[in-house]
Amino acid sequence: MSGLPLEGYRGVLLGRVWVAPVLSHLLANFGAEVIRVESMASLCPVRRFRPIHGDNPDPDLAMNFQSWNQCLLSAAADLTKPEALLLVKKLIAGSDIVIENYPPGKMAKYGLDYKSLCQIKPDIIYISLSAVGQNGPNRDLKTYGPSLGALTGLDSMLGYPDGEAAFEYCYTDPVGSVNGIFYVLAALRHRKKTGEGQYIDLAQAESTTCLMGDAIMEYFMTGRERGMKGNRNPYMAPHNLYPCKGEDRWASIAVKTENEWRSFCDAIGNPPWTKENRFSDKQNRIRNQEKLDEFVGRWTRNYTPYEVVDILQKAGVAASALLEEQEILSDPHCIHRKIFVEVDHPKLNGIPIYTQPWRFSDTQYKTGRAPMVGEHNDYVYGEILGLSKEEIQKLQDEKILH
Amino acid sequence: MGEQALSGLKVIELGEFVSAAYCTKMMADLGAEVIKVEAPDSGDESRRYGPFPNDIPHMEKSGLFLYLNSNKLGITLNIRTRTGRQILLELLKETDIVVENNPPRLMKDLAVDYAVLKEINPRLIMTSITAFGQTGPYKDYKGYDLNAQVNRALGSPYREPLTFQPLQGNYQGAINGAAVTMVALFSRDITGLGQHVDISESQCIASLHGGAAMATFEFTGLRVSRSGHRGQDIMWPYGIFPCKDGNFAIITLEFDHWKKFAKAMGNPGWATKPKYTSIYAMAEDADELEAHLIDWMIDHTKKEIAEICFENELPFQPVNNMKDLSESEQLKARNFFVEIDHPEVGTYPYPGAPAKLSKTPWRIDRHAPLLGEHNKTIYCNRLGYSREELVEMKKAGVI
Repeated sequence: MSGLPLEGYRGVLLGRVWVAPVLSHLLANFGAEVIRVESMASLCPVRRFRPIHGDNPDPDLAMNFQSWNQCLLSAAADLTKPEALLLVKKLIAGSDIVIENYPPGKMAKYGLDYKSLCQIKPDIIYISLSAVGQNGPNRDLKTYGPSLGALTGLDSMLGYPDGEAAFEYCYTDPVGSVNGIFYVLAALRHRKKTGEGQYIDLAQAESTTCLMGDAIMEYFMTGRERGMKGNRNPYMAPHNLYPCKGEDRWASIAVKTENEWRSFCDAIGNPPWTKENRFSDKQNRIRNQEKLDEFVGRWTRNYTPYEVVDILQKAGVAASALLEEQEILSDPHCIHRKIFVEVDHPKLNGIPIYTQPWRFSDTQYKTGRAPMVGEHNDYVYGEILGLSKEEIQKLQDEKILH
Repeated sequence: MGEQALSGLKVIELGEFVSAAYCTKMMADLGAEVIKVEAPDSGDESRRYGPFPNDIPHMEKSGLFLYLNSNKLGITLNIRTRTGRQILLELLKETDIVVENNPPRLMKDLAVDYAVLKEINPRLIMTSITAFGQTGPYKDYKGYDLNAQVNRALGSPYREPLTFQPLQGNYQGAINGAAVTMVALFSRDITGLGQHVDISESQCIASLHGGAAMATFEFTGLRVSRSGHRGQDIMWPYGIFPCKDGNFAIITLEFDHWKKFAKAMGNPGWATKPKYTSIYAMAEDADELEAHLIDWMIDHTKKEIAEICFENELPFQPVNNMKDLSESEQLKARNFFVEIDHPEVGTYPYPGAPAKLSKTPWRIDRHAPLLGEHNKTIYCNRLGYSREELVEMKKAGVI
């Protein structure tokens, strides 16, 4: 067992909400020291978002903030004040990575853009995570996470075959964070080899559109839009979520090969409809899948989701139980893999946060709560930048480090 | 050609379909050498999945395969044969990373699981991407993309739940796999040792995508999954609504945005009642308001509404389809789509860089490999087999 793999690297987060903080916390989980620069004067909206614990809107108790800012340090700095800005630049001069997701152009107003920072830290790795990129006619487009998915192509395919759309909640954010980790670490590897830093311009919309590969190629190759297909798959039937015993309980079933179809029929006791001509082979099953779904649903209704999964998986058929919020916490597999854990918080008794979705045979990573606003002022301004306790106190009182 | 961020890295892909293939594509596009190992004759499953030009299936013309495998070398090898397995082990001796997405049990049965591979090459990083991961009670469950996605459902609360299409469970496995493999490389720089990295697609969906939903539910009882075409019921308008030629996302987080939008519609009476003092107050009449809004939207195109929003700096967006993407001035200005020429299929535009790196840019150097295209390069030039041995191995069904 060794130390954490990113120990010794320092990052500065000049960002808010979801995409940039999550990228930062994933680096921090692996030992990088990532400092969130924030200010009471323009607090991250997530610190005010519901759900917030209790009636008192304490910015240290917003629940999404806890998961999205794990293991970060917080240094308060009001960037509209020159003294604060100077200190943040000094901090970056001693750092390796800058992570920001403000609208394009905003960082330049503070002299915190890549070009300016290269003057004081030539080998910095700087990643901007914007909505649609740093250039182009729409670069100043206003978007929120829930509307950005619309631009990527994704939302045109989320919905039922009859056209009823489905709302997705900020898919582009974690896609941007995870892509961001890859490119930041690749750039860091390049710097290790050559000493050269660089700028990464990540458009959340583009990195998400890259995940629509087959639908885009379908349009280019056939002129056809994929459109809303519900849960249907061009090569599988049954392929859907089916109603189970209980209220609003569901299980997924996906059958691909003829072998799987025969196993499926055996597992459900070979009812007469399985012998019908219209389900005789894959083409017929896909052609008649509405009817097929009806028959499969009649069988699944007799069992709970876990029973359906147990019966089918034993027969070698792909199936899983739909887990909604409350079920994830009690699912044996999710518990085994510690998908959510409780961490300590000075103002609360244990709060649930999600863990890294990745598991390693050797590398360890740390889990922990988010910082309180300005919690690490003494460390950042004192230990790293060498200010005295009195100086820090004064700057805090003057609402500069605030 | 210039040095890229991952130049010098040697990657083997033992993948089928999407997850391992997109994971190694991300590495190849930054300069890693990726050798894709396919089964002789049948090849990767995505070769049969399509889409195909004119809908005529052809092993070398699947749009999905071509997209996922550009920039890679391709060899055929039957690792189920004794010789085939030996050759694989020989290749892995000189490899930094192997990415695979096979059932854990199969890897063990073929004796190519991590316990075996680390003996051959202790520096090897093995990244495994599966529906449920390498540990836990469901690790041996069979799971396709659909089955992996059930930790975060979408759609109507009154109909069957929906998953993220197309194939987003697999793609999630891919991008998470690529990210984590980089972490393992940093770890190897410290320890000198490789390791086994375990990616569960269902867990990526549950934590990174579902984490916010969990927190919201835990503390307020509100559900943001399966909320239909609208987001949470506590504010309005906040959802996907139909217009003349498609759908439009009207996501209001500030009441002021709604007031501006209502003004652009000519301040109709239904939109401006005095009791509507916030987006929360409006949510109480959501059904009625929605009918009025759709009445107006259905007379307007995505483009017309988008122009109103752009002028008023409103964060509402058109739901782009593939045609819209192909014609997007924004994507054109950023050179997002790249053209790749391929000997069998000709030239098509492909989705391009997920991110732009200033010093070591994303780059396509070669088209996706034909089945077994680089057998000679790898087996003869690199591993030293003779042409005659190659013919023998082909006859024996090894390559």
